[in-house]
Amino acid sequence: MADLSINFAGIKSPNPFWLASAPPTNSGAQIHRAFEHGWGGAVWKTIGAPVLNVSNRYGAWHYGGQKMLAINNVELISDRPLEVNLKEIRDVKRHWPDRAVIVSAMVESTPEAWRDIILKIEDTGADGIELNYGCPHGMSERGMGSAVGQVPEYCQQITRWVMDVAKIPVIVKLTPNVASVVPPARAALAAGANGLSLINTINSIVGVDLDNFQITPNIGGKGGHGGYAGPAVKPIALNMLSSLGVDEVVRKTGVPISGMGGISTWRDAAEFLLLGATSLQVCTAVMHYGFRIIEDLTDGLNAWMDAKGFKTINDVVGKSLHRISDFNDFDLSFRAVARINPDKCIQCNLCYVACNDTAHQCIDLVDASGQVVPPYHYDVRSNGKHEAVSTRPQPVVREEDCVGCRLCHNVCPVEGCIEMVEVPSGRASVTWRELTEKRPEVTNDWEAMQRYREEVGIEIH
Amino acid sequence: MQIIKPEEVLSEYYPPLTDHEALVEANRCLYCYDAPCTHACPTHIDIPKFIKKIATGNVVGSARTILESNLMGATCARVCPVQELCEGACVLGAEHKPIAIGRLQRYATDYVYERGIDVFKPGPPTGKKVAVIGAGPAGLTCAGELAKLGHSVTVFEKRELPNGLSTYGIIVLREPVEVAQAEADMVRRLGVEIKTQMELGRNLSWDEVKQGFDAVFLSVGLGAVPRMGIPGEEYILDGLQYIETSKMNPGSLKVGHQVVVIGAGNTAVDCATIAKRLGAERVTMVYRRTEREMTAYDFEYSFVKNEGVEFRFLTQPVEVLVENGQVVGLKCVRMALGAPDASGRPAPEPVPGSEFVLPCDQVVKAIGQEKPAVARLLGLETDKGFIKVNQDYQTSLPGVYAGGDCIRAKGSASTVMAVQDGKLAAFAIHRNLMAGMGAAADD
Repeated sequence: MADLSINFAGIKSPNPFWLASAPPTNSGAQIHRAFEHGWGGAVWKTIGAPVLNVSNRYGAWHYGGQKMLAINNVELISDRPLEVNLKEIRDVKRHWPDRAVIVSAMVESTPEAWRDIILKIEDTGADGIELNYGCPHGMSERGMGSAVGQVPEYCQQITRWVMDVAKIPVIVKLTPNVASVVPPARAALAAGANGLSLINTINSIVGVDLDNFQITPNIGGKGGHGGYAGPAVKPIALNMLSSLGVDEVVRKTGVPISGMGGISTWRDAAEFLLLGATSLQVCTAVMHYGFRIIEDLTDGLNAWMDAKGFKTINDVVGKSLHRISDFNDFDLSFRAVARINPDKCIQCNLCYVACNDTAHQCIDLVDASGQVVPPYHYDVRSNGKHEAVSTRPQPVVREEDCVGCRLCHNVCPVEGCIEMVEVPSGRASVTWRELTEKRPEVTNDWEAMQRYREEVGIEIH
Repeated sequence: MQIIKPEEVLSEYYPPLTDHEALVEANRCLYCYDAPCTHACPTHIDIPKFIKKIATGNVVGSARTILESNLMGATCARVCPVQELCEGACVLGAEHKPIAIGRLQRYATDYVYERGIDVFKPGPPTGKKVAVIGAGPAGLTCAGELAKLGHSVTVFEKRELPNGLSTYGIIVLREPVEVAQAEADMVRRLGVEIKTQMELGRNLSWDEVKQGFDAVFLSVGLGAVPRMGIPGEEYILDGLQYIETSKMNPGSLKVGHQVVVIGAGNTAVDCATIAKRLGAERVTMVYRRTEREMTAYDFEYSFVKNEGVEFRFLTQPVEVLVENGQVVGLKCVRMALGAPDASGRPAPEPVPGSEFVLPCDQVVKAIGQEKPAVARLLGLETDKGFIKVNQDYQTSLPGVYAGGDCIRAKGSASTVMAVQDGKLAAFAIHRNLMAGMGAAADD
């Protein structure tokens, strides 16, 4: 059994899974229940300035019969009185000394307001504070949340005010609604933040009702942008997480990062760890299925770590970061081609149509005699399952024409049927950076590019 | 005593899919390209297309996709042997359950019929007139397709109601009469005139047809259940009549306590089902060959076994035993399989001295149908008694076309094959009529 416990900037928890600051952590009763299910920690739903909420506050994006691939919300920070929250935080922490209780906070941008809330939080015995610089709706219009997170100077200023007062670890939560999360992250670190967390929700409008043209969800005849989260945002979160992990300035500080954004399973969790997260925050998956999902999050992660020989979470953190690169440094001579396993192929021919219509036209339909045949190549009087199945052609990749784009692999519904196989390109390894340093003319002269291609034997069909 | 209500015990077996069920099932479809289900369908309905339209909530478009290829899509959704056709070819069949294509097709077609939505309009008039003899699935399809192309079509039907076996010959358990009538009404709304109780050679003369129309499509189906030529045969009920009564006037159908059904095709299975469901204590199907040679579809066979129907294979009836005008038994002889006969199946031969009596009070026969009489009436060339047609469904008489069960010399007759005949014949008729006008011969 691997050791799942973590120490995040001094905040300890028995496993890396924390409930994110959100509706699931709205009250002490909920967090008690979550801890009973085994959650390692919880970031209390943001407390601070007084607010009022509206109905129809959660929208959702469904696709292909799958419910809630993403959720979109216009719920504000906690609408429960500050004193009630503070009392419940104290109570939860007293009952659960081994769990991480972190309190998210957001107040108006004055040193006094921040000093006041920090002192009140510390007084509850909480383990840490998360500064909410991410909320993209409602609070941002009042100069809080993402209005702070989008301006590095504000991030730094407010973090400084907080660090001047705080005695417990402070995590700065970043908004994804920026061109790059690196400047606000650097700003927070410059002000002395003990940790970073990301991503908060992404600006979104979830849809329009086609019967009445109302915005979804319909809030009394109106609608507007809300915060987007859930499985659909995971790739965006992974990219932002890794952008911090590879940033020299961020890396040098050695501060831990709490990753979130679409974590639904232990597999997602492991990916976040590999790209540099130390703790993992979860919200949408819990809102979909309840606190019980913690069981497989820990069980599955444990089994995977055992199988891979990882003893502690720290062994995993950042393990794949060194592979994060960019196009300039990719090997232009790396070549892979698609190979369809005819034993696994069910002949749905989705690869064929994807390749033929939208990629590089290198999959053929081949009949039993080895002849390439066009689709719909049967007589109008032919019918019945035996004729349909026995005469059905097999999709086959013309490897010499395959550019290895991987579209067919992605559309194939059968696990392991279409594999991308590395094949020798016969060319020396070279990156775009290396090539253009040596031969800058290829960047702006097609004839020069053509000469280079002919020289090394790159044929474009 | 349990009171059996025929309209309840014989009502449609499968409930309609709910909106949610249809959506979940539609989303399960992979949307194969050049899909094998479409190839396997004799009318080549673009199945992935109609299923995805259900998934996107475009149910009218889904129905249009179905009906474009198969005007009798609502009937076929219910009566097609989908295990042998579309669903049997589904790529998910190997490791998963195939998509419930038939039931999704029913969902989409019922949607438009229940709401009175017409998905087609009659074409601009061509001035050409076509007569269709017989308003079964082949005839209605041909008529509907021709009307879509702008021809003026009159259908002559000998029965009171149109849509042939869909109306009279398929038990309500599989297809209610209303569904068959909705299809006929749809064809009527395309401008087709359906004249019922008009029979060629009885109150409709061939001269009248020949002179009044530019082309004729014969879709007369087949005849009555043939005679077996055994003593007491006059006491045997006609299986098709048995089914018809169960549909048109179920209260009047007298079902015996111990019923024997002769035959092992789908009609025989349907007769046995009716008898069992209407309260017969014991229903026995008698077939002179074995389980392997029976022509009923596998799913029909397992269905009727689950209904509690018993089987006597390798058994040939030789005499109906009657006492005081009441059937008391069916005398049979056991059979053994010999060398293959003309049909390629092993020929059953009687085992001498093996006669025995099956006690029963009702005997129903469903052993196929007589060949079409129209062939002789019009002097048409035939193939094994069926009307002979060329690739264009044209008979030996110029301008006279035929399709449906009456031309099915090869393979087994089915509604969907009849629909395809009707459709392709309509296109051929259209090509010929328009070629005569010097216009484009496109369908």
